[in-house]
Amino acid sequence: MKSDSLAYIFLNACLINNFVLSSFLGICPFLGVSGKLETASRMGLAVTFVMLITSGCASAINAALAYLGMEYLRLICYIVVIACAVQLVEMIIKKFSPALFRAMGIYLPLITTNCAILGLALFQTAKQYDFIQGIAYALGAGAGFSLALVIMAGLREQLNLADVPDVAKGTALSLIIAGILSLAFMGFAGLGG
Amino acid sequence: MNTASPSNQSPTVADTFLKGIWKENPVFVMVLGMCPTLAVTNSATNAFTMGIATTFVLVGSSTLISLLRKFIPKQVRIATYIVIIATFVTMVDYAIQAVSLQLYLALGAFIQLIVVNCIILGRAEAFASKNSVFQSILDALGMGIGFTVALLCLGTVRELLGTGSLMGMRVFGDAFEPWGLMVLPPGGFFVLAGWLLLFSWWKRRSTTEAATAGVAMQRTGSHEI
Repeated sequence: MKSDSLAYIFLNACLINNFVLSSFLGICPFLGVSGKLETASRMGLAVTFVMLITSGCASAINAALAYLGMEYLRLICYIVVIACAVQLVEMIIKKFSPALFRAMGIYLPLITTNCAILGLALFQTAKQYDFIQGIAYALGAGAGFSLALVIMAGLREQLNLADVPDVAKGTALSLIIAGILSLAFMGFAGLGG
Repeated sequence: MNTASPSNQSPTVADTFLKGIWKENPVFVMVLGMCPTLAVTNSATNAFTMGIATTFVLVGSSTLISLLRKFIPKQVRIATYIVIIATFVTMVDYAIQAVSLQLYLALGAFIQLIVVNCIILGRAEAFASKNSVFQSILDALGMGIGFTVALLCLGTVRELLGTGSLMGMRVFGDAFEPWGLMVLPPGGFFVLAGWLLLFSWWKRRSTTEAATAGVAMQRTGSHEI
């Protein structure tokens, strides 16, 4: 597979360099929202959607700033656009599906400070992807994020029934599981050659 | 640095500074800012640079937000904070690039990702927007140092076990077989889990000790932990 083909970009973001488990992006929602399977999958969906919007906007902003020769404003522009995109998504969901909006609760506005979103925009710029490649990258990253979140939520739902030492309960246990998952995802390193 | 002189005047000033380092340590107690904590601690040098950069952004943005706290309308405060933080991060980003390109490449996008570090926005919202400039600077310095210490805790352990060296200098002899996993992503999760386990074990032990020492009033409360 060529390293700039769309399939490779998708697989790379989803499995080989999974955003959560090998690039350490979006750890906060990964630890915070992975308690229940249902909220985890919804969160994954919302993040994927915001990622798609961000990726498209980032390509446009980058082209505009390069044309104007003002690359030093890139970071500030990105973060403002992400904040606006999240606000927009929030309003759209509130308008069309109030039930979903209530289910998401405070997680929606918190997507603004999710480093996976800004990380996506920055990596995409660093790798010099064009618009279509950027969309594939965003889809892969979103899928990878949702995958990690759903696996984690499934494991944690089961672990609630297990008998673990009191000391290890909470964040420490989640981190150990995350470490084992990350170990498993290292197995994908050879994929795509 | 300036803890000694204000501490004899009023204890609250020292408290503001020290709580970030120990009692409300952003990483070990509040579990904030996990992404850089895990991502850049594969060597002690990276961890230290990241800690200093974050401290600078934290102090700069806290100062400015505290100065402007009466002028920022409530509705747009989060957006304003983020733009202020992003400005300081851009400064740090270019500064590190100018000082050491090698370090800049090692830290990658994580310098720019300081913008979305929840510690900074958290302090801006919870402290700097409500307190005077002097107190905000103290609070930011304390939190920054606490964050740097936490990063160093992880970075030194991971570098020692993973490569057998510290800050690039070899510590163990040639017979030491590096535990390569420690500098890879899973190592970050495991070492942080280890530190959290250590702290919760220690906290638990001190609470049970206090309970057995005859604090009868808290008999019901100590069950929880």
